[in-house]
Amino acid sequence: MKTQLLDSVESKSLKEKVPYFEIGDTVEVHCRIKEGEKTRIQIFTGTVIGRKSRGINETFTVRRVVGSEGVERIFPLHSPNVVDVVPVRSGKTRRAKLYFLRDRVGKAVKLPHRHSTHTVIK
Amino acid sequence: MLMLLGKKIGMTQVYDAQGKISPVTVIQAGPCVVTQIKTSEKDGYSAVQMGFDAVKKSRVKKPAEGHFSKSGSASKRFVREARFDNDGQIECAVGDELNVAAFVDTKYLDISGTSKGKGFAGGMKRHGFGGFPASHGCKRKHRAPGAISSHASDAGHGGNLKKGKRMAGHMGAVRITSKHNELISIDETQNLLIVKGSVPGAPGGYVEIRRSKTKQQ
Repeated sequence: MKTQLLDSVESKSLKEKVPYFEIGDTVEVHCRIKEGEKTRIQIFTGTVIGRKSRGINETFTVRRVVGSEGVERIFPLHSPNVVDVVPVRSGKTRRAKLYFLRDRVGKAVKLPHRHSTHTVIK
Repeated sequence: MLMLLGKKIGMTQVYDAQGKISPVTVIQAGPCVVTQIKTSEKDGYSAVQMGFDAVKKSRVKKPAEGHFSKSGSASKRFVREARFDNDGQIECAVGDELNVAAFVDTKYLDISGTSKGKGFAGGMKRHGFGGFPASHGCKRKHRAPGAISSHASDAGHGGNLKKGKRMAGHMGAVRITSKHNELISIDETQNLLIVKGSVPGAPGGYVEIRRSKTKQQ
């Protein structure tokens, strides 16, 4: 009963349609950012290296390499500011957390390509 | 001063329209049944007694059962009084049901409840004492309270410690009022109040909810 009531409160903040992507996908994260009065959409592209938690707390980590510096951003999946997550390329992977990518440099950061239905659409 | 009785359900997070996330506590408040009206003429003070949460019939003593039957309701587990300045302010009658709709135009709430018990706690946890270093020759007193002043020359206290000296002892399980909790939303179908921030007690604990006295609504 208790969790049911909590879920009913949480469900109002949850997204009705959660974007579909998998671990290892290269994704474009469309995030809404506010600059003064104006808001605009900024796109962050990188590899999804993990998903964490359940329900309203669920987050995913996107990693990309800028120059020679690795950049990781953690997005709350259900945040209204994360407008969309578009998978552009699927990567072949056998594990749920791709933290080993942090130790890799150069060409090795790219996961082998996997033919997948959900990225073909684009 | 209207009051509602409720039960703490637990904490979660919600997003607002700007995409900001807030920690919230969900409280199931009401329906509360008015079980007795106390008047200054009869009882010497003005108050509304209300009950909340059903209780198994076998767990209720006969006299209590009789008291609840006067309001035409089943027995309640949690019974409290809301005090009023005078009889004229009381707007409800025995048997009325109070629910979260009472807080529709309220922005800030004061919530009272019994805090989580911490057992016998030391000075560091109970009063925020600093303790002693972990190293640099410190031995066997890392979390000790330190000196507690002189006993002998403490004039007026008969060679005893001053009363109220902060020391280790029982902590928690006392009545605490959390003030100015912002009321984020109300769910009238399920009698839920969604309140920003934390509220005293563990999930499942009973709380009293009032309009904030000190914060402008």
